[in-house]
Amino acid sequence: MNSKTADRIATGVFITIAIIIISILVGLFSYILVNGLKHVSLDFLTTPSSNVRAGGGIRDQLFNSFYILFITMLIALPLGIGGGIYMAEYAKPGKITDIIRSCIEVLASLPSIVIGMFGLLMFVNLTGWGYTILGGALALTVFNLPVIVRVSEDAIRAVPRDLKEASLALGITKWHTIKTVLLPSAFPSILTGAILAAGRVFGEAAALLFTAGLSTPRLDYANWNPFSPQSPLNIFRPAETLAVHIWSVNTQGLIPDVEEVSNGSAAVLVLSVLVFNLLARWIGSMIHKKVTASK
Amino acid sequence: MEKLEPAKDRLLKSKKNWLDGEIRGNILVIMCAVIMISATISITIFLGTKGLQSFIKNGVSLIEFITSTHWNPTNQAKPEYGALPFIFGSFAVTFLSAIVAAPLGIGGAIFMTEIAPSWGRKILQPVIELLVGIPSVVYGFIGLTVLVPFIREHVGGLGFSLLSGTIVLSIMILPTVTTIATDAMSSLPKNLREGSYALGATRWQTIRKVLIPAALPTLLTAIVLGMARAFGEALAVQMVIGNVRDLPTSLLDASATLTTIITLNMGHTTYGSIENNTLWSMGLILLIMSFAFILLIRYLSSRRKM
Repeated sequence: MNSKTADRIATGVFITIAIIIISILVGLFSYILVNGLKHVSLDFLTTPSSNVRAGGGIRDQLFNSFYILFITMLIALPLGIGGGIYMAEYAKPGKITDIIRSCIEVLASLPSIVIGMFGLLMFVNLTGWGYTILGGALALTVFNLPVIVRVSEDAIRAVPRDLKEASLALGITKWHTIKTVLLPSAFPSILTGAILAAGRVFGEAAALLFTAGLSTPRLDYANWNPFSPQSPLNIFRPAETLAVHIWSVNTQGLIPDVEEVSNGSAAVLVLSVLVFNLLARWIGSMIHKKVTASK
Repeated sequence: MEKLEPAKDRLLKSKKNWLDGEIRGNILVIMCAVIMISATISITIFLGTKGLQSFIKNGVSLIEFITSTHWNPTNQAKPEYGALPFIFGSFAVTFLSAIVAAPLGIGGAIFMTEIAPSWGRKILQPVIELLVGIPSVVYGFIGLTVLVPFIREHVGGLGFSLLSGTIVLSIMILPTVTTIATDAMSSLPKNLREGSYALGATRWQTIRKVLIPAALPTLLTAIVLGMARAFGEALAVQMVIGNVRDLPTSLLDASATLTTIITLNMGHTTYGSIENNTLWSMGLILLIMSFAFILLIRYLSSRRKM
């Protein structure tokens, strides 16, 4: 075969591959949105789900998803940024740093079901809490931490050296430099990374099956006392998130309108993740503009 | 910018307790690092001891566990704990989905870096990022409602099959493979390409003889990372694979993987029972495999440096 022809065939193959990938995405998205948005209504979003009857909504699941995400971020962000600062500024090259790096790598590559099992062992059985929001959030923290550490380490390393050295040359101590110079200028990238990570957490289900559970108690949204078992704010209650809900109605649900509920939930889930991604880009570019004063 | 106070004031504001702050900051970040180490170590130790219990305490034979194909833990008279069908299922879907996703992912990467570096990348990059964003249960759900009936009607079998699991997983690991392969291809030095073109090679010859060999270790890393993800994926596979305890004989047979059996049975076995403990042993296999994947990636990247 002529090498020119081979070249043309190869180019054709690569273009076909690209078209396949794009059509997979377009197919998936149009399927989810076309089928799902039909079922999404204010009513669907604000009625509690039903275990046996048709017509249940996803109110509690939606709230639980956001609430668990919030608690997870509350724990994971300080820890992850602290870890990132350590890796970028304090860690000296050597054995210990290598070990920490391996630990991050291991944590990042653990399957989420394994993290769920660890959560079951540690936060459900060992502590005796049972299925709780806090247990779920801690499991998700383990799942999320390596991402945030990596993002903040990269962000801090990407701050121009001059900034840091100028601050140190002014006689500012290291920690103060980190707090007042490095962190503010690394903030946009950290925020972008954190929002992207939040999208991942929002859709995660396997790690929550055995930690936050498959049920939600009857919630009373007027009850704001975080220690009352009916209160949505109670972190020691079981909570089924949206992603877990899709799984459970499909595999062990009894309701007759499984497809409608899961189509709607899938659309809400995918849209939320999409919003997280767009938000991350938007905030990233906005802060970038503000900080660099380029319009 | 005018809203910010001058840098001098900002830097000098909290003048008191500098020393305290310094030490406190140090302790704070070191604590974060320690927490990460201890999380990793405690996961390994907890899952390790729990996973070994079925062999040590309950006397399940390790050899039987990994070589026997008979899984029947609920049989009162003679319970059997052979997890080979699930181990086989896990490896089968992992390798098959890597075989599907690798050419697609690397092809996509080459398209983005070599064929259409400007507009191709602008289209494909967001596509890949959106694919990453779709949660795994959604993949599973679409597999269940679209793929399974499609295979049942047009290919044969029950629809719940190794094939469905493979297809769902390949789409899921496609973004992982593509992203890393794209990084690998675009980080190749430009003069490799130009040297090859200057010798009169066509684009395909350059890609095949120069660029792919040069990027090979990273491309393999991309595939291994994809496989690691496929091996540990639970819910999406569980929804489409059928979850039977027999060894599959064809692509269209229903099957099960380690993760799917854990997901299914963890909830309704008594904590501490033998059956429950064997599930933890399967979890331990997942953990060991994820270590193995890391070692493999380390090995590949050490080859890259040479």
